[in-house]
Amino acid sequence: MNTAGSFWRRSINGRTALLYLLPSIILFTVFVFYPMFRTIYLSFFLTDQAGNAAIQVGFENYQYLLGSSEFLNSMKATLLFVLYTVPIGVILALFFALLANEKLKGIGFFRTLYSSTMGVSVAASSVIWLFMFNPSIGMFNRLLQAVGLPQIQWLLDPEWALLSVSMSTIWMNIGFSFLILLGGLQNIDEHLYESSRIDGAGYFYRLRRITLPMLSPTLFFIITISLINAFQTFGQIDILTKGGPSQSTNLIVYSIYREAFINYQFGTASAQAVILFIIILIVTILQFKLGERKVHYQ
Amino acid sequence: MKTSLPAKIWIYFLLIVTSLLVFFPVLYAFMISFMTAPEIIQGRFFPKEISLENYAKVFDRLPLLSYLLNSFIVSISVMLGQLVVCSLAAYAFVFFKFKGRDFIFFLFISTMMIPWEATMIPNVFTIRKLDWFNTYQGLTLPFFALAFGTFLLRQHFLTIPKELHEASQIAGLSRFKFFWKVVLPISKTSLVTLGAYGFLTTWNMYLWPLLITTNQSVRTVQIGLKQLQSQEIATEWGVVMAGVIVVIIPTLLLLFIGQKQLQKGLSQGALK
Repeated sequence: MNTAGSFWRRSINGRTALLYLLPSIILFTVFVFYPMFRTIYLSFFLTDQAGNAAIQVGFENYQYLLGSSEFLNSMKATLLFVLYTVPIGVILALFFALLANEKLKGIGFFRTLYSSTMGVSVAASSVIWLFMFNPSIGMFNRLLQAVGLPQIQWLLDPEWALLSVSMSTIWMNIGFSFLILLGGLQNIDEHLYESSRIDGAGYFYRLRRITLPMLSPTLFFIITISLINAFQTFGQIDILTKGGPSQSTNLIVYSIYREAFINYQFGTASAQAVILFIIILIVTILQFKLGERKVHYQ
Repeated sequence: MKTSLPAKIWIYFLLIVTSLLVFFPVLYAFMISFMTAPEIIQGRFFPKEISLENYAKVFDRLPLLSYLLNSFIVSISVMLGQLVVCSLAAYAFVFFKFKGRDFIFFLFISTMMIPWEATMIPNVFTIRKLDWFNTYQGLTLPFFALAFGTFLLRQHFLTIPKELHEASQIAGLSRFKFFWKVVLPISKTSLVTLGAYGFLTTWNMYLWPLLITTNQSVRTVQIGLKQLQSQEIATEWGVVMAGVIVVIIPTLLLLFIGQKQLQKGLSQGALK
């Protein structure tokens, strides 16, 4: 009795802390942990229209996906999309951040312009780009026409659609990557540059020997975020192409959405969701493992 | 760092050209929003005259005002919800010592690895079971708890001197008073950063409102844009662009005002 009482007293800290944590714990449980397990569970079933598990099929949903040309095509499109958007997006943002890190008059104005795309939602960006891609009145085809090149069916040609969506996505992501990289650049200690300038080192030498190594944690972070974002792309697909033409832009989240909420195949959609989860998990783990080792921290 | 004059001119040149290229789509949409249909077909960049007709039309065609109001209510609610829920959790992680703290913190952080899209199917069913389709709570409540926000605030709370906590205990301040009167005011900058971040991301949310709104009662502006685009596409691009401009003005303003703050806060939260 006595020990129980003292335990009750000793645990007062823990119990009060739990009170502060309770809102988060409840919300995480209901909207993150439970649905994660539920998704895994559903991925082993065939479901009815209301999404209830009906027939247990084991790994058949996964087997079906791996044998389905539609899903493999969607994976291929997703990987290509990542390949098109991440490297160019990060390099462009880095280039802009380096420019905007110079101490010049009016630099704040340019920083605002570079970061502006962060304030434009995916839906609004997509609508603007939809207009620019318009085959007859959009500016891209007008430019091509002006220099005497043949017109391109940007979003209607399977050869071009994924590239077009990638182009608009790079633009949409630049604002955020720019802001983070600029923040990273401004955290670099000025003294490092001073001593190197006394030694007479040029701009590119300083870039290679000081800026990039010191920026590497930020760069690594932004590469990971860009990768994860690319795997989660949805809005621009829904507005620009709806996964077409001939499924060339049917990225994985769009594919999950279509499978679940248009075809009502919740079992296979859940299996796809689990695959998405595993991919993002691997990317995150790589960030931790490689990031710790390869990256130079101050 | 001193830069030579030729280098300066070169940098300014690059700055002007590239920043205008980045900003061009927004500027273009802005220009189109003032144009008449024939002007758009001609492919002009500057409208002959500034006509607000497209703006009048877009408010006429869509219940845009009520969509705007819905987006505001949803964004402000998520922002406030996140500030309350995340700051409470961060406070517990920093100022309480208790068994299992590290484990719970690890659980929180692990939610960052679960992509929201991977859990959306059961979440839609949950919202349906709760009968929360087309409600504000359905649009907002799932986003109140945020590992990133908790982490960001925790990092800031950790910089608060221990002596301050001890002194407050000696002065007989209750835990909650210390949180409310001391910790929160000191952490204003982090709270503002998280608030702006929460507002921006919620305002721009697309997939979740698309899934759980089926009528106009609580529909947000982003879904309004999709609706507008699919209705008007063949003819009136001016009207569509007017809608786009109305939708992006609040977030662009927020970004322009808070750019410096947001950049500092985000890079701190991300890296330390």
